[in-house]
Amino acid sequence: MAKLVFMGRLEDAAGTGEMSVAPGPIEMILAALDPALAVQLLGEKVRMALNGALLTDMGGVVLAEGDELAFLPPVSGG
Amino acid sequence: MPDVRLALEAFDPAAEIAAFTARYPNAGGIVTFLGQVRDSGGVEALELQHYAPMTLPGMEELARVTQVRWPVEGLLILHRSGVMVPGDAIVLVCAAARHRRDAFAAADFAMDHLKSESWFWKREKTAKGWRWIEPRPEDREDLSRWG
Repeated sequence: MAKLVFMGRLEDAAGTGEMSVAPGPIEMILAALDPALAVQLLGEKVRMALNGALLTDMGGVVLAEGDELAFLPPVSGG
Repeated sequence: MPDVRLALEAFDPAAEIAAFTARYPNAGGIVTFLGQVRDSGGVEALELQHYAPMTLPGMEELARVTQVRWPVEGLLILHRSGVMVPGDAIVLVCAAARHRRDAFAAADFAMDHLKSESWFWKREKTAKGWRWIEPRPEDREDLSRWG
């Protein structure tokens, strides 16, 4: 399995901080989610990181077994 | 070597500052910044969330860049994650340098980047429940000062 991670407000939107999904193209994984959640995950301010490295473009990303894809909304530290 | 830590439990800022100061007897100036949970607006608790694969590595990179930019002899960046209550320390930045201006600038630069570029998400709890805090436009403006 692969793992999706939802940080910040996206955790509330997803109702969970982590979700196991079958490996495969990211477009297919998002298409299987609740559409309301998918819209939030694809928001323009949301960045994505695959195994801890920021993605510049999610096009063509395919999750393999053990991969972790994190959805990162705007940060607010300090 | 900068001292960069992510604290999952409460830390004692006074003890940290004392230890840092003792480590750099040759520094003529030490600037410290402490951010704490403010006791106002009915805030009962504050939670900072981090993402383990990225948060500490990002803080370490920030410390590296800060030290490249200013001639500091010592740098401490300590940031809490988890649930805090008013009065709890959130973040401590200490910069030690031969001359004060470098210490002020290094601490200021590190704080601006911690606020708007580090991997933390913040929510606060009031009588109405938990609410996520979105970054303020001022935080982005603070960042733009550094070019």
